[in-house]
Amino acid sequence: MIITNIETVPGKTVAEHFGLVSGSTIRAKHIGRDLMASLKNLVGGELKGYTQLLQESRQQAMDRMIEEARLMGANAIVNVRFSTSSVAQGAAELYAYGTAVRVD
Amino acid sequence: MIDLIIFLSLLALGYGAGTWAEKRHYRSIAERENAAINLPVVTLKSVDIPEHKIRSAKLVYGSAVISVDYFKRILASLRNVFGGKVKSYESLLDRARREALLRMKEMAGNATVIVNVRIETSAIGKQSKRKNIGCLEAMAYGTALTVEE
Repeated sequence: MIITNIETVPGKTVAEHFGLVSGSTIRAKHIGRDLMASLKNLVGGELKGYTQLLQESRQQAMDRMIEEARLMGANAIVNVRFSTSSVAQGAAELYAYGTAVRVD
Repeated sequence: MIDLIIFLSLLALGYGAGTWAEKRHYRSIAERENAAINLPVVTLKSVDIPEHKIRSAKLVYGSAVISVDYFKRILASLRNVFGGKVKSYESLLDRARREALLRMKEMAGNATVIVNVRIETSAIGKQSKRKNIGCLEAMAYGTALTVEE
């Protein structure tokens, strides 16, 4: 599966469009990480636990998007975008969407 | 009295440890930026490379969650009274974005160029009204193109 965030796949031609595919996941941080993060909040700097958590969740959202595209029979996803929104206190939604295409 | 002592020691801890950590982080950012200087990152959608020479294209991304220290948070809330430039948060955003860009470059490996780079910022960890900012995520993503030699 080729994934790009430009309109085409360079070096290949788009043969067929399948339309929008998307994947999302909502994650809440667990209490241990929350405690560590609030301690780390005092001195500042990178919150590695959160970075990792968000990265894992984003990967999961992408996996879901890829799975959807695969079911349609696509072999590439172009023009992929990401968005993040906080739905509730301490929970974030990570969303990935793009256009499934078949390239030759 | 006890409260005041706790407050002052937190302030001192935030100032000391926060400034030290920030300096160290900036040094490491500068070092790695120099190391990755040969990989251009552009916001254009296409570059002047013949299509048939491009061997692969793949999505690359990087992200970082950075928070400010206690001292800067107090400083920023004082600034809210008078208004004006909040300098203590500028470095926070700067660090988060540059770190995200660097991680994206690391993921690209030995690619030739990264096109259509987007940077997104979102505030996470809104716990209460009292401390609603101070922790944010920057994410950079783009398409890494590899050209055959």
